[in-house]
Order: sequence, then structure tokens, then C-alpha cells
Amino acid sequence: MDTILSKVEELSGENLYACYQCGKCSAGCPMVEQMDFLPNQIILLIIRGDNSVVESKTPWVCAQCYQCGVRCPKNVDITKIMEALRLLKLRKNVDYIKISGMKKNLPQIAVVSASRKYTG
Amino acid sequence: MHPASIQGEKMEVAYYPGCTLKTNAKDFEETAIKVFELIGIEFKELDKWYCCGTVYSLATDNLMYRLAGIRNLIRAKEEGYEKLLTLCSICYNTLKQANLMAKSDKEAMEKINAFMDEEPDYDGSVDVIHPLQLIDKKFYEIKERVKKPLNKKYAAYYGCLLLRPKEVAIDEYENPSIMERLIEAMGGEAINFPLKNECCGSYNVAVNREAVIERTYRIVLNAKKNGADGIITSCPLCHFNLQEMQKEVKKIHSDFSGLPVYYFTEIMAEAFGVKNEGR
Repeated sequence: MDTILSKVEELSGENLYACYQCGKCSAGCPMVEQMDFLPNQIILLIIRGDNSVVESKTPWVCAQCYQCGVRCPKNVDITKIMEALRLLKLRKNVDYIKISGMKKNLPQIAVVSASRKYTG
Repeated sequence: MHPASIQGEKMEVAYYPGCTLKTNAKDFEETAIKVFELIGIEFKELDKWYCCGTVYSLATDNLMYRLAGIRNLIRAKEEGYEKLLTLCSICYNTLKQANLMAKSDKEAMEKINAFMDEEPDYDGSVDVIHPLQLIDKKFYEIKERVKKPLNKKYAAYYGCLLLRPKEVAIDEYENPSIMERLIEAMGGEAINFPLKNECCGSYNVAVNREAVIERTYRIVLNAKKNGADGIITSCPLCHFNLQEMQKEVKKIHSDFSGLPVYYFTEIMAEAFGVKNEGR
């Protein structure tokens, strides 16, 4: 049976068991103040098989800046794990935002990237 | 006069604009074309190009979202170019990562080439570059072109996508210094700026504006505390966030006075004395 761990590992291509919870990802993450679980806690929840992790706010405030991944001493690219969590929702045809609800007067680059990251 | 002077070698390079350079970031494109021509680099815009897809798709099985990048690289190759230059940090990152995949992931490329059977197969042979990578090569031309030394203090803001993942980094990813060298070459002072490679919050601005307001506050305040008169960047989204969100920061922090945000090519145009030419 597919577990949350196997699904995330398949989508991200990352080995979550390599993580030894040093917290360097969370220390460097510029978005932690907006998160309900820290990036290293997200890994722990997935390893424990906690399916509620897909309801976390954390992957949706991740801005794909790659800071966590380049600083990880075990080369775990957490950026890809966040993408996997987003896709577990979006691929069930659940949009995280309504495009019509987006702020006005945004540059194209913001609209296109937000559409890609927040809608299925 | 230094041997590698303005009479030195001229080069042409294929130019991929991307969506925002033709609209919100028009100032960036106009000043870039002008100042790089003055130092002997002519941008040749591709005859045909498409949106790069903005953010690079990270899922192992999502090749569809990478097609746009590959198609643009094929256009460059078709027109006979070995290098493709782009100004926007996000386009740079997406095209560069697509090309790295084309070079290293044989299995993915077999699928992509088979899917795009109307296109010639692509082999990863177009090198994606950012104009900041040409600064060191053109250092003396830049110095010689300066008519109005900047005489101001600037914070060089790199953000994330010129530096990470490390495979695409245009400089040392934890402590880049290309823009600092550029500032100093033009008679400005590059300040110490610890937050220069911290993300501005990026596309969160579309849905989670509070986070980006908070990021803007931290980043601009850090530049200001270190004495900056202005911030320079190469990313249209960083530029939008850092500039526009300062208005929102002021509503929360009444003592916040803010800083102007420029594209690095705008201060080059200012130093070269061509800022408002031809407008």
C-alpha cells in the first residue's frame, strides 16, 4: 500500500531517512515565520506516516528558493519535498487558490508562477 | 588605455526576453540593451520565443512543465546560437535547469524528444547565461565608459534564483560578489549586506501578501542599517516585491523610510550618462 512516505519519495526523488533532524533547513528558511510546521518537522511527520501533513500550511508558503536544499549537510532537497506535498493536493484537482482571487496589478511573472504552484 | 578597451572585441549573443521584460520590467530591458551595447555586447532577440514557464517544475514525473524551457532552447539552436542570454533571474533559472536536465537526464530527454516529434531532438548544447556573468570579462570597458561616477552606496540584492540550486549559481552561492564589483567599478560603494541572498517571498505576493511585506521589511531594513542609498537587483519579481511592498511596510511601521530599488542596468545607464536617452 502507498504510504505518505512512499508517495513523497516517489514524487520528490529524495531519501527522507537521510535527514538527521539537525534543523539547518529551518534555520535558513526565510518563510518559517509563516509556517505551522518547520521544514525539518515536515520530514519527521512524513516519516511517521502522519497523513495530516498534506493539510499543513508549510508547503504553500515555501517560495522554492532552494536555501534549505543547498545547506542540508545530508543533501536532502527539501524544496522537492515541498513540491511533492503540494502536488498530492493539486493532483486531486484541488486548487489552493482561486485565480480570480489573486491580487490585482501583479507582474506577469507573479501571476504565472503562482498559477503553476497553487492550481492543479 | 588598457589593452581590452572599448575598441576591443565585440560580441553578439542570443537574447531571450521572457514575459515580464516586455511589460512591467521594460526599463530593465531598455537599459540593458543600451548599456551592454556600449561595452561591446549586442543582444540579438530570438525571432521566436515563448514563456519559459516561470518556476521550474521539481516533481520527478512532471516533464510537461519543462517542455517550454526546452522549446526555447531549440529556437536558439535553430538560429545558430551556442549561448542564450536572459536578463530575468527566474527565466535564467528555469532555462538553465531545463538545459542541465537535457545534458544529464537521458531517459527524460528520450521522452521529451519523442513527445515533441515536430521539433528536432535537443541535446543540451545551448549554454544559458546571465549578463552578470559577463561583467568580469568587460570590467575595463565598464570602467572606461563611466562618465558620472555613482558616488552612492548600494546594496546588491541577488535573491535566490541566480544562486540556487548550486548547479546554476552565477557566483559563489553563499557569498556572491559580482554585483559588488560592478558597483565599485562604476564609482559607487557596495555595502555589506548579509541578506543579499535571502528570498523576497517571490510569488507569495499573489496570495500571501503579508509574508512578502514582512520579507521586504527585513531585507530593506537590513540594507538601510548597513548604510545603503539604494538596492540593485536583476529579478523583475524581486524588484516588484521590494519596491511595491515598501508602501505596505510603511502602513505597519510608521518609522520605516524605505529605499529606492533599481535594476543593475539602470545604475549602469546612470553611470554611463545614458539614463534617459532615446525615450
